[in-house]
Amino acid sequence: MTARALISVPKTAMRGEIVEIRAMTAHPMETGYRTGLNGTNIPRNIIRRFACTYDGEEVFSADLFPAISANPFIAFTLIATTSGTIEFVWTDDDGKTQTASADITVT
Amino acid sequence: MSGSQPTHGYFRPMPRRQLLAAGIAGLVVISLPRRALSRPSLEEAIRIFTGGAEVLDGRVRLELPPLVENGNAVGVTVTAESPMTATDHVRRIGVFNEKNPEANVAVFHLGPRSGRAQVSTRIRLATSQTVVAVAEMSDGSFWSSRASAIVTLAACIEDLT
Repeated sequence: MTARALISVPKTAMRGEIVEIRAMTAHPMETGYRTGLNGTNIPRNIIRRFACTYDGEEVFSADLFPAISANPFIAFTLIATTSGTIEFVWTDDDGKTQTASADITVT
Repeated sequence: MSGSQPTHGYFRPMPRRQLLAAGIAGLVVISLPRRALSRPSLEEAIRIFTGGAEVLDGRVRLELPPLVENGNAVGVTVTAESPMTATDHVRRIGVFNEKNPEANVAVFHLGPRSGRAQVSTRIRLATSQTVVAVAEMSDGSFWSSRASAIVTLAACIEDLT
């Protein structure tokens, strides 16, 4: 996957503050239920799993199904505990991954 | 057409056996299993998620627009009432639909580090239907909320033309 990921993580936060994280990646999320021009089924190709790690620990994840829109967007919250890196991983049907990361400074 | 007219040509009544056969053939066509209909029902999908545990109403709020113009991207937000502490938090939030080709929409895994039990995403709706969100708390209880949407442009099963 060479898709472009778009993430929103605040650069700074107070310790204990709840911060909103938004993550989106470019992906067709082909359902496998559609028919192409020549009448054949378009094979399924979706992102199955999204995971977010904060300072190496997984703090949020999602199992996705074909009912998630193309270019899947997920927004959630995290408690700012320590300064570190927040990493995002999207895994598709073929096991290919797309990653993104952002640094957060906690004061 | 009155009974006194000669019955021939276009107006010749169909023999009863033939009519019966046509009727049965029609029924068979109507009841052909379609992919979209062979999916587990909404209740079955929730039962698989909960493992058969009782699902109570409340503590969860599912926000879904009541009228959807484009079923390809419907914004949904699920919020669960929980202090989100190490001992009392939301473990999972599952979203299920009634009439898409697959009953599952997404399962979100949360924990005490989430801070708030709130998740937003964009989903596809194949037709006007009910969507259900179920939250699993750390004490093993399940709470749910449902919302209905009317969809004018369907998603998932449309053909590329």
